[in-house]
Amino acid sequence: MTDQNPSTEGKAPTSRRPKIALLVAIILVVAGSTAVITGLLVNIFQRKQEAKNPYLRFVDVTNDTTDPAEWGKNWPREYDGYLRTVIPTRTKYGGGSASETMPPPEKADKNPWLTRMFAGYAFAIDYRDRRGHAFMLTDQESTKRTKERKQPGSCLHCHASVIPLYRQTGAELLPTAPPAEQIQKGFEAVSKLDYWEANAKLEKSGHKHPVSCVDCHDPKSMQLRVTRPGFINGIKALKAHEGIADYDPNRDATRQEMRSFVCGQCHVEYYCGPKTTLFFPWINGLKVEEIESYYDNYKFDDGHRFYDWKHAETGAEVLKAQHPEFEVWNQGTHAKAGVACADCHMPYMREGALKVSDHWVRSPLTNVNRACQQCHHYPEQEIVKRVVTIQDRHFALLTRTGNALVDMLDAIKAAKAASATDAQLEPILELQRKAQWRLDFVAAENSMGFHAPQELARILGESIDMSRQAQLAAVSLKMTLAQAAPKAVPPN
Amino acid sequence: MSAVGLGVLLGLGLFTFIYAEGFSYFTTDPKACANCHIMNSEYDSWVKSSHHIVAGCVDCHLPHALVPKLVAKAVNGYHHSKGFTFQDFHEPIMIKPHNSRILQEACLGCHAGLVHDIVAGSTTDANAVSCVHCHSSVGHGS
Repeated sequence: MTDQNPSTEGKAPTSRRPKIALLVAIILVVAGSTAVITGLLVNIFQRKQEAKNPYLRFVDVTNDTTDPAEWGKNWPREYDGYLRTVIPTRTKYGGGSASETMPPPEKADKNPWLTRMFAGYAFAIDYRDRRGHAFMLTDQESTKRTKERKQPGSCLHCHASVIPLYRQTGAELLPTAPPAEQIQKGFEAVSKLDYWEANAKLEKSGHKHPVSCVDCHDPKSMQLRVTRPGFINGIKALKAHEGIADYDPNRDATRQEMRSFVCGQCHVEYYCGPKTTLFFPWINGLKVEEIESYYDNYKFDDGHRFYDWKHAETGAEVLKAQHPEFEVWNQGTHAKAGVACADCHMPYMREGALKVSDHWVRSPLTNVNRACQQCHHYPEQEIVKRVVTIQDRHFALLTRTGNALVDMLDAIKAAKAASATDAQLEPILELQRKAQWRLDFVAAENSMGFHAPQELARILGESIDMSRQAQLAAVSLKMTLAQAAPKAVPPN
Repeated sequence: MSAVGLGVLLGLGLFTFIYAEGFSYFTTDPKACANCHIMNSEYDSWVKSSHHIVAGCVDCHLPHALVPKLVAKAVNGYHHSKGFTFQDFHEPIMIKPHNSRILQEACLGCHAGLVHDIVAGSTTDANAVSCVHCHSSVGHGS
């Protein structure tokens, strides 16, 4: 035993060391694995929670909560998207502000004929490209159209979260009426005010926000709903025309229809005043000539036929188209296939285990993956190319139509200079009204042709035809006048 | 001491496995494929599809022979858990070429007798026509 002692003592440190090393290795491996598994456990837990709780109501929101930040406390994901609408986006033909503080360029930079078309109207002095939802109110306050020209309070119908103001104003005038009637009454009263008066009233009411959650969502159920009186009255008239009496979108529309109707509250053609309360001209249908026929038969209170303004160069009583995205989308293949505005402009996105509608409303071209590829299983570049091809062709035709309009205006001006009488000019000015209405309807529509390429090409074709007809008539009228003139005063 | 540590690790691992409904992946219940919620819309639309009475997820998305089935299950299981944990996958989800071939073979597993004249080489040729190219919604939407 004793002679073994030295050897054991000598071996002991070497045999213990690997044991310690092994122990340390086991501890490290177990610690590492435990950390990984715990991490995984927490990750799974987090996903399960996400799937369980679509939202938590931290604050109560009501029909009077117009501040989106309040809603954002309950629905932070949607609010995050909404906030992103300040970010400037640009596609080949749309947008274009360089930063959040810079306004986008004038549309006339790209389409010089716009200034001629709008001669005598506020759009001739300032008409810029679009920005995100977040800017709708500030852009309206800073445009020369409201700063240098008198505008009615009805502009707020679509540029602010205005329904509580309508309700308050209506309640003062009709204290005992049901809320829907009060809103309608308030809408009529506020629309009659001067723009800046209405704007001040809105600020005083504490509801001065651009479009907000409450405009499209029921605060109790979060279901989609429409609130704008213009749309509610307009769609009711349209459905009555289609044979459906007493249509109420909030009661009768499907969920998928509502995903377009909420956008159709504003992205439409309308008359904004001041001669009568704002209305959507849908009584004969949504197509360009159906709207035109309604305007042509509409009489103002003074008995005069409907018109927006008198053209400064020719004196024609012309129409101004707003932005008929809803009407034009309705004529396109996507609408026919049941695709809603929100499917492309607010596509579903996934955050963890949650499915969220992207509230950063914007051009699908900046979000092709989510907006298009859900249905169109082609590479992103191929999809973009197809859209740009449509838009390039559309822009070329649009420019051609604009040039035809300018040629017509020149010819009419020349005929007027040759002392054409009002009676002689009347059929020509009537053609100008029709040609201009069609061109403006297409130009004001925000999709550069994409929402319904064939329908828009048809309208532009008609516009070119009418402009050239008017030009021909004006040129021959001028020639007739010129031939008649020397006979009246023979040269000596 | 290391035994205690290993025991804790084993317990934690087992708990995580059960909590994550790990055993459901040994079944053929389509609900298991929507465990992670990513496939919710696929599951919801499968319920309403024409094939839901005759085929569940695994009938079309896994090979029918035992060994290839287990291999495909393991490979896909790995990709899915990695993707969902790190949230780094392509959206919309697109089927991988290998899985696409499995799917095509599954179509033929039932329908070969009917279509053998028109789909020659459909699981081997790169440019061959695949059934779901046209019949994209028989199984589910997206």
